[in-house]
Amino acid sequence: MHAPAPSGSAQFWLGVRMFLPVAVSIAAYGVVWGVLAGQAGLSVLEVALMSGLVFAGASQFVALDMWTPGALPVLSIVIAAGIVNLRMLLMSATLRPLVGHLSLPQQLGAMFFVSDEQWAMTMAEVRKGTGSVAFLLGTGVLSWFAWMGSTLCGRVLGAFIDDPTKYGLDFAFTATFLALLLGMWRGRGDLVPWIVGALAAILTSRLIEGNWYIIVGGLVGSFAGALAETIRERRHVA
Amino acid sequence: MSLEALIAILGMAAVTFAIRAGGLLLANRLPTTGFVASWMKHVPGAVLAALVAPAILAGGAAEAIAAAATALIYLVSRNLFAAMLGGVLAVYLARLALGA
Repeated sequence: MHAPAPSGSAQFWLGVRMFLPVAVSIAAYGVVWGVLAGQAGLSVLEVALMSGLVFAGASQFVALDMWTPGALPVLSIVIAAGIVNLRMLLMSATLRPLVGHLSLPQQLGAMFFVSDEQWAMTMAEVRKGTGSVAFLLGTGVLSWFAWMGSTLCGRVLGAFIDDPTKYGLDFAFTATFLALLLGMWRGRGDLVPWIVGALAAILTSRLIEGNWYIIVGGLVGSFAGALAETIRERRHVA
Repeated sequence: MSLEALIAILGMAAVTFAIRAGGLLLANRLPTTGFVASWMKHVPGAVLAALVAPAILAGGAAEAIAAAATALIYLVSRNLFAAMLGGVLAVYLARLALGA
């Protein structure tokens, strides 16, 4: 026997409630990003625009590392954002069955909210047979407010720190990236892309001036990771 | 806000939205398994490794100690904020101790 189909607004609030614990951890990331954004020289308005319009944490962290006010490497910042966010191509592709019945502008509007945690939770609901657009929007809207609010908080609080190097805060970038990286560990398949990416970046940073080593390391490392994975699968089949 | 900052932010937003929308529009033509899918999946980790490795290498002993402390705290606590604070504190203390 099936329960009556829940209404859209009930699904929306179910998404909000279920996403609440995740939103708390997103907010912790957001505060860290906001503090670092202040260090990198972003104004409060720039923080609000970037968090509100880009709304993609990993690429925003990378942008901060490249942010040098006065001589902003605009092209490499935009390219890096594209590369880091490329994975969302596959995420939004899997949401097509969920939003297929909507008009195109509505479908595209829903896609704006696609992000790692929110997508994972919605897909888990879809697999249970209970996913809906309203659920997707509930998690997405909460995620957006958590990110926007926490990054602004971090930016405003971070302004009270006068000389970052005096307190070792210049190391906050490296520490944050290292922790983010360790959090992405999914198994031994990650070893090849990480090591190759690191080595390619070190080599490139010595040979080419600027921030290109991030893009080169990211592309070469992930290519090597995919190569290693493909070779392993072939062996497995044979 | 400078014009270049505005262009950078709008550029990031446009590229990111194009990817989010593109996935939906190209859904039937995108590979979900195989080489290209695997490549895309590995990009974020490789980018972070590419960010971290040169930074640690460019630092001295204090930064190396602090990186180890950061990793340890993160692996134990699984908390980004704690790892960042621990790393910052470790680099501060290590620089004091080493006189760097």
